[in-house]
Amino acid sequence: MASTSIMDTLFQRNLDDLIKGFRQHQVKESVFIAKALEEIRREIKSTDLHTKSAALHKLSYLNSLHGIDMSFASFHAIEVMSSPQFLHKKIGYHAVTQSFHEDTPVMLLITNQLRKDLNSHNQYEVSLALECLARIGNIDLCRDLTPEVFTLLSSSKAFVKKKAVAVVLRVFEKYPDAVRVCFKRLVENLESSDPFIVSAVIGVFCELSLKDPRSYLPLAPEFYKILVDSKNNWLLIKVLKIFTKLAQLEPRLAKRVVEPICEHMRRTGAKSLLFECIRTVVSSLSEYESAVKLAVAKVREFLVDDDPNLKYLGLQALSTIAPKHLWAVLENKDFVVKSLSDGDFNIKLESLRLLMAMVSENNAIEITRVLVNYALKSDPEFCNEILGSILSTCSRNLYEVIVDFDWFASLLGEMARIPHCQKGEEIENQLIDIGMRVKDVRPELVSVSRDLLIDPALLGNPFLHRILSAAAWLSGEYVEFSRNPFELMEALLQPRTTLLPPSIRAVYVQSAFKVLIFCIHSYLISRGNGASSSCPENLSSGIAGTISVRKFPESSGLATLESPAHYEEDEEFDPRDITQPFEDLSIENGRDATFSIGQASTSASLPKNIFTQESIVNLLNLVELALGPLSVNHDVEIQERAGNVLGLIDLIKHEVLNPIVQGEEILAREETVASSVVKLMYDAFSKELGPVSSSAQARVPVPEGLMLNEDLADLEMVCGDVQSPLSSSFSLDSAQYGEILGVSPSNIQSKDESEPSNESTSLLAEHRKRHGLYYLSSEKTETVSNDYPPANDPMSQDKLNDDADDLVKFTEQSLAPKKKPNHAKPRPVVLKLDGDEISIAAKKPELMGDLLSGAVRDVLLGNEAVPASSLTNQSDKPSSRRKGKEKNIDLPLESENIGGEEMAGQGNTSSRRSKHHRSHGKERRHKGSEKNVEGKEDNVQKEKKKSNHSHHSHKARQKADEPLNVVTQTAVVPDFLL
Amino acid sequence: MGIRFILMVNKQGQTRLAQYYEWLTLEERRALEGEIVRKCLARTEQQCSFVEHRNYKIVYRRYASLFFLVGVDNDENELAILEFIHLLVETMDRHFGNVCELDIMFHLEKAHFMLEEMVMNGCIVETSKSNILSPIQLMDKLS
Repeated sequence: MASTSIMDTLFQRNLDDLIKGFRQHQVKESVFIAKALEEIRREIKSTDLHTKSAALHKLSYLNSLHGIDMSFASFHAIEVMSSPQFLHKKIGYHAVTQSFHEDTPVMLLITNQLRKDLNSHNQYEVSLALECLARIGNIDLCRDLTPEVFTLLSSSKAFVKKKAVAVVLRVFEKYPDAVRVCFKRLVENLESSDPFIVSAVIGVFCELSLKDPRSYLPLAPEFYKILVDSKNNWLLIKVLKIFTKLAQLEPRLAKRVVEPICEHMRRTGAKSLLFECIRTVVSSLSEYESAVKLAVAKVREFLVDDDPNLKYLGLQALSTIAPKHLWAVLENKDFVVKSLSDGDFNIKLESLRLLMAMVSENNAIEITRVLVNYALKSDPEFCNEILGSILSTCSRNLYEVIVDFDWFASLLGEMARIPHCQKGEEIENQLIDIGMRVKDVRPELVSVSRDLLIDPALLGNPFLHRILSAAAWLSGEYVEFSRNPFELMEALLQPRTTLLPPSIRAVYVQSAFKVLIFCIHSYLISRGNGASSSCPENLSSGIAGTISVRKFPESSGLATLESPAHYEEDEEFDPRDITQPFEDLSIENGRDATFSIGQASTSASLPKNIFTQESIVNLLNLVELALGPLSVNHDVEIQERAGNVLGLIDLIKHEVLNPIVQGEEILAREETVASSVVKLMYDAFSKELGPVSSSAQARVPVPEGLMLNEDLADLEMVCGDVQSPLSSSFSLDSAQYGEILGVSPSNIQSKDESEPSNESTSLLAEHRKRHGLYYLSSEKTETVSNDYPPANDPMSQDKLNDDADDLVKFTEQSLAPKKKPNHAKPRPVVLKLDGDEISIAAKKPELMGDLLSGAVRDVLLGNEAVPASSLTNQSDKPSSRRKGKEKNIDLPLESENIGGEEMAGQGNTSSRRSKHHRSHGKERRHKGSEKNVEGKEDNVQKEKKKSNHSHHSHKARQKADEPLNVVTQTAVVPDFLL
Repeated sequence: MGIRFILMVNKQGQTRLAQYYEWLTLEERRALEGEIVRKCLARTEQQCSFVEHRNYKIVYRRYASLFFLVGVDNDENELAILEFIHLLVETMDRHFGNVCELDIMFHLEKAHFMLEEMVMNGCIVETSKSNILSPIQLMDKLS
């Protein structure tokens, strides 16, 4: 054993040999590494430290550059690290720093070694240990070594002190309690004469203030001094970063720093500092007109520079300021447009963002026109960037920049035809969205859809399938705006649709169904007109139906027989209505027609003669031919939908085809059957479906006594009796149709069909009686329903599409027309939902930020006693943050108990508290302005009291206290700033 | 955290130095290096030196055959990082005398040592060349 060790030592390859070996390329790299690794594994077990460290050195190299796992050597690394020889120690430290992480099992073993080295007289050993702590320090290490770091913070050696300061950041982050110990010394070091130490301290504050700036407001005077006095650009950049954060919180501070920052901007020759000044101004000081002007002038210098870096940063600065000072962008418009054809993708992207920021309703068409043309010429990636930003800009805030929706619809169609377009999903969503929200655009949408559908070439591009799906849906849904439904049907059934994925093909089939129903319906009516004597009652309802308002159908997948939505206005609403027979329906339609007789239906304007006997026969044959094979398709959706269509055709075909052969009476009776079925389907497809707020459901208040989190074990029992009605009434459209088709005509006539659901509704009513508390009372629903859909409404419970009734309401209530004056063409109404998704989206990140800063403040406060749940409550009441800081500055070693006692003593009565609050605030302001320095200690006292109050108030969760907190809080800052 | 990592990569995309200031597993490192190298090396001299990657920025600069890539947080000052890269190169230049890729390959630990002097915990703590080099010179005497 000993002999091999000596051999190893004598003939060991060191790192240089290893690297040379790599360079000679004699064997494959992986083989070479494997061989070297084998050597290392042997050598690293050696008892000779020199051999061991050389092996470790090689291993670190392989780990760092060739991704070789070195976790097996953790223990050896620790051994080498504890060597008395500096060179070995360094190798050991390097290996540990590089390969250890917080959960490395042997981490515990290094604590003592680190402590020993931190206390070493050799400053380089100390430096190694500090470096190691900064990189791998976990909570245990940081806790155990806090005293050593504290000592080093006042070391006489600048070399060590500087590093100790930098380590503090890691220690604070991992072990918040260290703040109590070290904070005061850290702040003292701000006054150090060594610029590098100050720089390190500012670096720490820069990082800390990114997370929770408010806590550092009290240090503003020190930062200000550095901002004015320092000549070191590195330092100034960091101070500016701190002020960027602080100025957003405290307007008076912003006022103070704006002049020095402008001064730096004018004077400095360093672009980095200049850019940091610009960034500070555009992001935090945008209210100061002169500063912004100066910054924009400097940005312009950047823009015209040849250096692409400056160009890019200039554009970036412009986009930061764009929301507040659009003029800055407009001033540089030429340049921005020019940058769109820059050679650099990043610059193009920035320029695109700026262009989009400039879009308003006046110039949307022009800018978009330019961009779409540009997209046609650019490479696929940028083309899609352009399309994506056009789509997101145009749809911003419910299409606020769009005035001419016909133009927008054709734009969407045009975008679909751009060869590189990959935004299918987005275009699909917007097509359908505007179709549902904007009534006036529907004819144009149908014609755009037709152009897309009819082009067989488009079916070959998988990126367009989603768009085609939207087009198919739109043309089925709004088929009455179509100029030629037969052509549409041919497009929907063309052979190349086999290229579509099944889900989209199913949409095609469903749309074909709607088109078919529309055609037959129109045909029957025109025939009815011809023989007006045949069935008067049917006729009248039929005509009413045609002229009637477009009652826009529900989404294809959900179309059920009837929608309760429709009956919202009817006081005597009853679940039975769901399956009410057609007589009622036609009355309903008639009424609807009177509601909106003004809206001329396009179907009326269609040339009547296109629905001839012959054309209908051809249509039926076409459909049968095309869908026949699909009834054995592998995909259930397609199969089922095709089956439905074929079933319907079977049912009505002979009647539609042979009206003349039969006698008049027979005709009357028979045709009633056919047309009734068709009419039924037609009405089903004609229910309006509008957009639903994504948050609609969330806004339903939870009824009192309802435990949403409770175990649902007894669900079975509760639901047992509703199961059967539910299952039948929740069925999808296809199932429903299937049922109907199965029922013989006489059944339909005699209302038999409504019987079973009567039964089910009575069951439901009974269930409701028993579990009354799970339902909102209908009274209540009535009063609040303006704002949200009554999700628990028992009436709509047996409807999957209970959204629909809310939609009707939404459409009625939120039609509030947008005032858009001075446009030749009035902007059509865009439906809005009162629960704007935007506000909800905005709230979420805020919450996240709160949690984060709550944690940091907790760090600085050191009040671990506060349960985590109350943290979030505190986080928006900032005064406690500062107090934590203050306390730490002046009484770093203060024990927790004092604070706790005071809190218990003072925080009891809330009425007293609020009074105190106010008086403290005033007092402080008073004193602070009188004597600055002496007042500081007083301040601390008061701060403490105050914060204890506020602390208590958080616990009490009294919202009323918030304004008070704000008062006291704003009163504090001037003391420190003056 | 400011600086998240510093990489030196040659024209062929081989990593010559990698210093991370946050813990990443070997797989994550490899994936990250691969993505970044692909992104940055494809860019030309006429393009700007900043690339957005995931949720941070990469500031890079090319010196002869070697790319210096620094991953930084989004609010870091890009121009300052460029200056930092330049300072690093100048420092190595002063120590090695006209530094080249081979110098870094064979003296990786020295390059690491310089970085350790300059950057701690992701913050730039030292910007004076002589201060950065003094411990290394001392060590050279020692060995």
